[in-house]
Amino acid sequence: MADISYAKIVRDGLWNNNQALVALLGLCPLLATTTSATNGLGMGIATTAVLLLSNVTVSLIRRLVRPEVRIPVFVVVIASFVTIVELLMKAYFPELYKVLGIFVALIVVNCTILGRAEAFASKNPLGASAMDGLSIGIGSTAALVTLGGLRELVGQGTLFAQAHLMLGDWARVLELEVGEGFHGALAAILPPGAFIGLGFLIALKNVIDKRAARRTEAVPVAPPQPAKAG
Amino acid sequence: MTARYPIAIAGVLLSLFSVAGAGLVAVTHVATAERIAQNERQALLDRLAVLVPAERVTNDMAGDTIVVSDRERLGADRTTVYRARAGDAPVALILTAVVPDGYAGPINLLVAVLADGTLGGVRVVSHKETPGLGDKIEEQRTDWIHGFAGKSLSNPDPAHWKVKRDGGDFDQFTGATVTPRAIVKAVKNTLLYVKEKGNALYAPVESTQARSLVGGTG
Repeated sequence: MADISYAKIVRDGLWNNNQALVALLGLCPLLATTTSATNGLGMGIATTAVLLLSNVTVSLIRRLVRPEVRIPVFVVVIASFVTIVELLMKAYFPELYKVLGIFVALIVVNCTILGRAEAFASKNPLGASAMDGLSIGIGSTAALVTLGGLRELVGQGTLFAQAHLMLGDWARVLELEVGEGFHGALAAILPPGAFIGLGFLIALKNVIDKRAARRTEAVPVAPPQPAKAG
Repeated sequence: MTARYPIAIAGVLLSLFSVAGAGLVAVTHVATAERIAQNERQALLDRLAVLVPAERVTNDMAGDTIVVSDRERLGADRTTVYRARAGDAPVALILTAVVPDGYAGPINLLVAVLADGTLGGVRVVSHKETPGLGDKIEEQRTDWIHGFAGKSLSNPDPAHWKVKRDGGDFDQFTGATVTPRAIVKAVKNTLLYVKEKGNALYAPVESTQARSLVGGTG
């Protein structure tokens, strides 16, 4: 690939090829950890960190690695970074680690990360790979936070509850609570709520995409009208 | 790289990456191990401190422990007992009691028994009870678990250490009686155990005699 447009990488990562909503990769952590917006954010940041590190490393070693052991080497790289992120989280964000627990280790088997290493970073230069890792990571994080926020709001009547445990005391301003009487619809917090919520998010994205497509189609079809005064 | 022995080269490459990866992990581990251990200790201390009159405690509760065994009353073969003291005087014992008969498996508790036999408090450490019903035992959801503080085997008397549906003094939850019933029973059993063992549970850990005394059953 001679010509890589950074803008396209960013657009693909954030929206057109959003790994959670379009590629439907990494669903296990997506569905399991999004019981609140804070959890989603923590998981998203951890995943983004691993994605960035692994994409950069894979891109750097892409000429060195022989095709026969390509995948095992990628897995070793990813597993190492995940363990490092896990240790760092345990040391510096123990509260968040307590909540995310086993799912941090499971980032190893998140298909998104191996998928980007194989499909992008192993064929592209350093800068583009780093950009791809970051964009894909932020795209996934956005999906995680949105789904987490949605489930938390419906299921518990709060938003970003306990964010201060992760981000420090300033984050208390993010924490939001619906009125006292609202106890929430428990189903949203339970696993079925994750599937239903994800379904709605995908549907929403498709609607937005269709609207956008119709608008761009409409421009060349309709002859330019003289602007009406008024 | 000539392609004479491609698989050997591939093997060596994979090994090199494995060694490098393991090295990176090892470095991170060494750099964070102390902080992680400190975090875990602090988290434990924070959990213990709310259950005892912390301002009176002068020793290191998290470090002053014995392991006892009484499956019948404490629910597990290994129960850790944290001892809180003020100087040489006993202040409280905190036991990691297990509720064997929760609705969805065992429930892990911390039960603090003050030196005078009253409860300093009870907390649920982990459980698998039904969300929305049995999980009201969590401190974050309802105050139910706080109701144990100040209770003892004479308040209420042992016959009333039951949920209200069984003629006792403790609330149950609408739609979930099994969970509170099991916890009330486990807390009562813990109190009975502590009462029976008495001051032997405070014996210094250095004394092998004390070890055999408290660790003997089971």
